[in-house]
Amino acid sequence: MGYRRRKQPQIVLTIYIKREDRTKKMSYSSYIPLIPLLPLAGFVVLGIFGRKYFKRSSGIIGTFLLLVSTVLALYTAYQYFFVDGKVDGVYQPITAIKYTWLSFSKNVSIDMGIVLDPISVMMLVVVTFVSLMVHIFSLGYMKGEERFGTYYAFLGLFTFSMLGLVISTNLFQIYIFWELVGVSSYLLIGYYYDKPSAVAASKKAFIVTRFADLGFLIGILILAFYGKSLDIKTLIENINSSEFNTITAASLLGISALTWGLTLVFIGGAGKSAMFPLHIWLPDAMEGPTPVSALIHAATMVVAGVYLVARLFPLFTLSPAALSIITFVGLVSALLAAIIACTQTDIKRVLAYSTMSQIGYMMFALGISGYDGEGGLGYTASMFHLFTHAFFKSLLFLGAGAVIHMIHSNEMKDMGGLRKYMPITHITFLVACLAIAGIPPFAGFFSKEEILLAAYHSNKLVYAVALFTSGLTAFYMFRLYFSIFWRKNKQLHDHHQEGTVSMKLPLIILAICTVVAGLIPFGKYVSTRGLPLESHFDPVFSLAPVAFGIAGILLAMWMYKNETARPERISVGLGGIYKAAYRKFYIDEIYMFITKKIIFNLVGRPAAWIDRNVVDGTMNGIAWTTGKISAMIKGVQSGKVQSYTLYFFGGIIALAIIFLYLWK
Amino acid sequence: MNLSLLIILPLITAAGILLAKGLKQVRVIAFIGASLQLLLCLALLYFYHQERVKGNTTNFLFEDGYVWYRSLGFNYHVGVDGISVAMILLTAFVVIAAVLVSWKMEKMSKEFFFLLIFLSLGAYGFFISLDLFTLFFFLEIAVIPKFLLIGIWGSGKKEYSAMKLALMLMGGSSLVFVGLAGLYFNTNINGAHSFDILYVTQMQIPVHVQKIFFPFAFVGFGIFTALFPFHTWVPDGHSSAPTAASMFLAGISMKLGGYGCLRVATWLMPEAAKEYSTIIIVLACIAILYGAFATMMQTDLKYINAYSSVSHCGFILLGIGMLTKTAINGAVIQMVSHGLMTALFFAAIGMIYDRTHSRKVAQLGGLMKMLPFISTVFVIAGLCSLGLPGFSGFVAEMTVFMGSWEKGDMFYRVATIIACASIVVTAVYILRAVGSVIMGPVKNDEHLKLGDAGWNEKLAAALLIIGIIAIGLVPFWLTELIDPGTETIMNSIDKAVIVK
Repeated sequence: MGYRRRKQPQIVLTIYIKREDRTKKMSYSSYIPLIPLLPLAGFVVLGIFGRKYFKRSSGIIGTFLLLVSTVLALYTAYQYFFVDGKVDGVYQPITAIKYTWLSFSKNVSIDMGIVLDPISVMMLVVVTFVSLMVHIFSLGYMKGEERFGTYYAFLGLFTFSMLGLVISTNLFQIYIFWELVGVSSYLLIGYYYDKPSAVAASKKAFIVTRFADLGFLIGILILAFYGKSLDIKTLIENINSSEFNTITAASLLGISALTWGLTLVFIGGAGKSAMFPLHIWLPDAMEGPTPVSALIHAATMVVAGVYLVARLFPLFTLSPAALSIITFVGLVSALLAAIIACTQTDIKRVLAYSTMSQIGYMMFALGISGYDGEGGLGYTASMFHLFTHAFFKSLLFLGAGAVIHMIHSNEMKDMGGLRKYMPITHITFLVACLAIAGIPPFAGFFSKEEILLAAYHSNKLVYAVALFTSGLTAFYMFRLYFSIFWRKNKQLHDHHQEGTVSMKLPLIILAICTVVAGLIPFGKYVSTRGLPLESHFDPVFSLAPVAFGIAGILLAMWMYKNETARPERISVGLGGIYKAAYRKFYIDEIYMFITKKIIFNLVGRPAAWIDRNVVDGTMNGIAWTTGKISAMIKGVQSGKVQSYTLYFFGGIIALAIIFLYLWK
Repeated sequence: MNLSLLIILPLITAAGILLAKGLKQVRVIAFIGASLQLLLCLALLYFYHQERVKGNTTNFLFEDGYVWYRSLGFNYHVGVDGISVAMILLTAFVVIAAVLVSWKMEKMSKEFFFLLIFLSLGAYGFFISLDLFTLFFFLEIAVIPKFLLIGIWGSGKKEYSAMKLALMLMGGSSLVFVGLAGLYFNTNINGAHSFDILYVTQMQIPVHVQKIFFPFAFVGFGIFTALFPFHTWVPDGHSSAPTAASMFLAGISMKLGGYGCLRVATWLMPEAAKEYSTIIIVLACIAILYGAFATMMQTDLKYINAYSSVSHCGFILLGIGMLTKTAINGAVIQMVSHGLMTALFFAAIGMIYDRTHSRKVAQLGGLMKMLPFISTVFVIAGLCSLGLPGFSGFVAEMTVFMGSWEKGDMFYRVATIIACASIVVTAVYILRAVGSVIMGPVKNDEHLKLGDAGWNEKLAAALLIIGIIAIGLVPFWLTELIDPGTETIMNSIDKAVIVK
């Protein structure tokens, strides 16, 4: 009897959950597809008709569609986090929609679907929100461009693809949208298509990430083969269950198939997220319009790699080897990019390297994270940093855009003293700089704090490098800040106006977000298993990072606040190290050597040559020989009766000789 | 539905063209004929689907036939399964687009359109044939007009190319014929032989016979579909051919080979297919990667697309060589996809050439400014070629990869990875071409005066793009269409056992 009593309520409960789940799905599926589809509609309409019919109004149309998407995304977030996402105190993933798109075999198929869980809902908000800000900003920034409609069409395509990526239920769905964000990035970097540098940059970005995607693709093939599914949820369940232990057994080179698969998938992520050594495309990608850099190359697309690792995190925890690779790559990228950023003079490139460095933080935070309970702090911290970084980095880029719009140059040396001319840009830029430098109470402080805390608890070396890098971050950001807004102004006179309202408004909104985003108790909502994670704020622990940050700021102030010879002297003093950092450690040159010298000259050219001369030569040779032989024997059929008679009798004599003498 | 309509309609159109006078009449008749073909093929798709919905599970629908030459057992026997329907649809799309882009063909227009329509007849006949002799007959019809099309309307070293193409394809056909004859003489109906495909599948062709004749049939058809090392007609032939002929050649002719490899060689001789699959895979991988690298170094747009066709057709052969159901499905999708895509690419190149009179990458630049429509078409064709999701190429390539990966051996794994690696190289050459032809500064000031596409060119491109996107966005209709067909082929492959 006792047994039955205990059992019964549980059954009732599961039925109850299931029914609730179904109604939830119903309510979500009614409007969530609109979030990605509205920007897609914008792309289709503006892409086909924008040139002719909406020359002026395409900006408004695109922005309006995205505004609706943003509102829906915020509503979804509210619904999910505060109304019905939680079941028994745990945030559950909800599959709102799923249908088969292409089926390969009984278990393996590509599905298109929408999954809602804490990270996907968070990304929905981040992507739509930042994209909206960029849409609004571009109304002013891109005004008067000839291909205004095309620009908004591409922005719509990008937003659609990015949203499709974050809500994916299927590993292959991620890959599909992954490629689509890649191509939108390609189109937008090459937006100024008559500029050779923009063309080169767009090509480079696509090809480098394509190379990384090759890894991703093979990784997917491996995981799908062993996990017998492409559906992420099923895949994780399958690989965790005991039937699938072959995947963790050692295979090629003593490394398990799981590690192979995950590492290859991570290569794809590293390519998109511009991790060392696949980062070379990101600084060049700054050739695109600046609002695009804010959206794609700062806040959303470049964190796709981090998101990918987070999405597959339950699998990554099964492979410590793969996680240590991630930690290493993330840490190296964070440090390397920070060092390079200190030496660059193009303000967008400084921001690009800073993006790479911050993404390095997110990556290694995932790498050092565990899966259960307190061990999962790294995961939460990484997502938190992704969230706050999206706001302050897009703010930095939009601010830089406003500056570039006014000065018509990207170079620091052309700037200076701008605080008088653009007060709003100045203040908001300062807020963002403080945030990225990790100064309380701005958003970056809280998220970076958590990352450092997680690092401290897992590996002291990682912690030390991360701490040093955070000092560097403060230094190069304030180097940028002082160079733009302080020092002496060089060319501007008083009649210069700060940009339009549409350019100022996003700056103000993002600045507000940068101030308040850090106060969100993030761990309550986003954690490895959906269980709330208590905040670990500890004033004593934060002393060291903040001290490093302030030291960096003071150093930058000492060097760059006024026009002095100090930077010059120091760079000369550093000698070779400075030069190497300034030349980005010659990584581009190494790539150029490999592609131009090795791939083109040693593979491509010989292949083309062999094809024309050896393979085709053989074919032509056969034809030539046939022709020659026929020319030789065609004389036989001359039509002369005399020669035919001669051949006839000659043949008879020959046959007679053969029969008489040789036959025996 | 009567499949013979697919042969009668082009015949009537061709006759109409012969009776017409002047370019204007000729092209209108050709256009009407091609449109009717398209409608007919869409109707075929509809009726085929209806039959399947009704629960008709016979392998081949709409079978029809009559005796052609009784004493030797030659029959006219036609019927379609999903694979043939897909190929027929492809043909219809390419033909109408080819007619549209040749709208201003002033030189001997009557003969030109006649040959074009005649080619389509050969292709339809080939795809619906269920009798090996009929099949061969139509294959030949689809070869000979090309010699004239290139030789008369071509450009560059056209005589050389026409001769090369004709000789190599005729060589291929002769190998095919040896293979078919080998099958024929090993069938036996009451002491007589038969060319009937359905009958041959019932027969157990002895394994040693298969081993002899499979290479003939496979290599013969393989030459059509650019099997390494017999692919060298592709670059020369395509680059010398007029636009419509290039479209037809790459879009349909190369698919005749792929279809033949699958339908005749693999299906009828499954044991041998298993036996030789390693060699096929190796050759396919060479074609894929080496073709891609060779493309990278080309400087002429038509050569770029021709070499890339070698690389892309490698996927067809790879899919067939892998002998798994998914991979074969992928091969068929790749045939349709590559047909549409490469026709679109050649159409765009032709449009650019008509205006600028140049195909050299180095002489073109910044066309986006003057020719936004054509440039967009070019970019779309390029993106489809590099396997961007949303376009058909992605679906095809991914299906081949997934199917190939189902084979667990290290050999197959390496082959698949080599094939996968080509997607990077493809991106390199496509983006190089797009980057310097479409984007970048205008290199020739005279190009600034150029006018964008006319209605005919827009319609041609739109039709092909619709086809590409219809597969790229909702691929399941195509996989559902071809699935029963590949299932049949797989059944005979699964039954085949290699006797050591």
